[in-house]
Amino acid sequence: MIQDIIFAKYNYIIYITLMTIGFYGMIGKRNLIKKLIGMSIFQYSIFLFYISAADVSGGTAPILLKEPAVYVNPLPHVLILTAIVVAVSTLAVGLSLAIRIHREFGTLDEDKIIELS
Amino acid sequence: MIEHFPVLIIAVGLLGAFFTPIIGLIRKELCSPWASLITLLQFLISIFLLYQVLAAGNISYWLGGWQPPWGIEYAIDILNAFVLVLVAGVCFSVSIYAKKSLGFEVPGKELPLYTLYILLSTGMLGIVVTGDIFNLYVFLEIGSLAAYALIAVGDRQSLMASFNYMIMGTISASFILLGIGYLYVMTGTLNMADLSERLPELYGRPVILVALALLVVGLSIKTALFPLHTWLPDAYTHAPSAVSAMLAGTFTKVGIYALIRVMFTVISPEYVIETVPVMNILSWVAAAGIVAGSVLAIAQYDIKRMLAYSSVSQIGYIILGVSMANKLAMTGGILHILSHSLMKGGAFLAVGVLQNSFGSRDLIALRGAGRKVPLVGVSFGVFVLGLAGVPLTAGFLSKLLIVTGSVQGGVYGVFLAVALIANSVLSLAYYVPAMNRIVFAEGAHPARRVPWTMQGPIVALAVATVLFGVFPELPLQVVGAASDALAGFLGGG
Repeated sequence: MIQDIIFAKYNYIIYITLMTIGFYGMIGKRNLIKKLIGMSIFQYSIFLFYISAADVSGGTAPILLKEPAVYVNPLPHVLILTAIVVAVSTLAVGLSLAIRIHREFGTLDEDKIIELS
Repeated sequence: MIEHFPVLIIAVGLLGAFFTPIIGLIRKELCSPWASLITLLQFLISIFLLYQVLAAGNISYWLGGWQPPWGIEYAIDILNAFVLVLVAGVCFSVSIYAKKSLGFEVPGKELPLYTLYILLSTGMLGIVVTGDIFNLYVFLEIGSLAAYALIAVGDRQSLMASFNYMIMGTISASFILLGIGYLYVMTGTLNMADLSERLPELYGRPVILVALALLVVGLSIKTALFPLHTWLPDAYTHAPSAVSAMLAGTFTKVGIYALIRVMFTVISPEYVIETVPVMNILSWVAAAGIVAGSVLAIAQYDIKRMLAYSSVSQIGYIILGVSMANKLAMTGGILHILSHSLMKGGAFLAVGVLQNSFGSRDLIALRGAGRKVPLVGVSFGVFVLGLAGVPLTAGFLSKLLIVTGSVQGGVYGVFLAVALIANSVLSLAYYVPAMNRIVFAEGAHPARRVPWTMQGPIVALAVATVLFGVFPELPLQVVGAASDALAGFLGGG
């Protein structure tokens, strides 16, 4: 029973694990860059969930299919393309904020910044 | 042309944001009128849409002509149109104020701000106008990214405030994305109307509960519902005053709108009220937020921080009204979206004027400052009294409706209503001293001239606050119809 869950649904276990790691990074780490790394892992784990949920084993892309074939639902991929753009822009905003913070306070450690401000 | 208005309100904003830097290259001074022009266009379109919805019923616009649920649908009913007019109106009035205010507060950095400003307004209007739940996520992120950057141009501490908001906001958006993913995997559709048809047969499945929990928690972070409000006080305090007013007046309200949409349109009220007591939980959380926000606000001497904590409290009122799930309280909640938007937006603008003219946000240092800029001082008094819920201001009727609606909710509703009234008295403990210090106390300040572009929007919002307080029939016609549509399946009333 447990083996079934682990082997048949391992993609979900991986996504939950990654999500937890990312969440810890965002909340637990004090360094701003590490927080941003955690944020990226957190977001990408959700992309992994979408992509793996849409996958059909042995499926092909639904382009120019001559005969009936098993194909993978393309919509989640398109959604995730949008979400990746959002994630990259968020990361860019975050990194530029980190640069500004480093210029202003000379450190990226959250505790020291709180002391300085 | 007219039938394309639902998408034009977005297209105008996106094109406007794109052309702002180009216009800035030609002449820097043109950027600010350009931003005002774009938001004015959005405001006019939204008024027209409201008129059309009231006259001819709901609008369903098919993007690119593709039929929903395959294509993206922009669905507008009375609630949408009402929030559209409110958001676009506040954005327009703040954009007039922003010209001089940004020039004072962040000299030399104004140019890119107007692009972000239009993007923020467009993102919020997009959340409201769309009928597609993934579209909602995308617009939420457009608005949020613009908001992070806008907050970060404030004073020195604004950088950390913006960073923390970004971390919280990303957690919230990711939760929303995950919730949408669960709903999509289970139903195979992203259209809100289509989702609401397909979901009822799946209500027994735990995955719908998880999706609902993710969406509610995610949107609660965006609306800054206590105890997920931690990003709000810092962000509002350190952002430029025009940005604080914009965020306080509109962005959290749009989050509340999305919460209403998800709970009442996508997922049916029966599920959130009876099967799972989401509404019940939300009403207790909101009541806790109302009290906590007030208690935290009492101790503040920084006016912006006080107003920020009072926002936490006022958001609690709106969520409580909505989550009592009867018609009266619902009407009060939606009406309070309007009144809080006007009053809190206006209060932040007034504080911005005081800060620019007298160089401080401290309640003690600003003693008597309102007398030197009489129009702003009087308006600030009106806003503060309205926030406390004094009769003849817009805040009175909405709070009264929430309280009477809560009483209908049985024994625990009465308890909540008592807590609300007690809290209204408690909130006088910080609103009245703030007004006394600024408007009535004597103080030695140099006389200042405040440009009319800064005074105009404040006075307009104050007049609207009093107008809607004295003649509540005006907004009630619209709000009543909106809550009728929502409460149609609630029963009771």
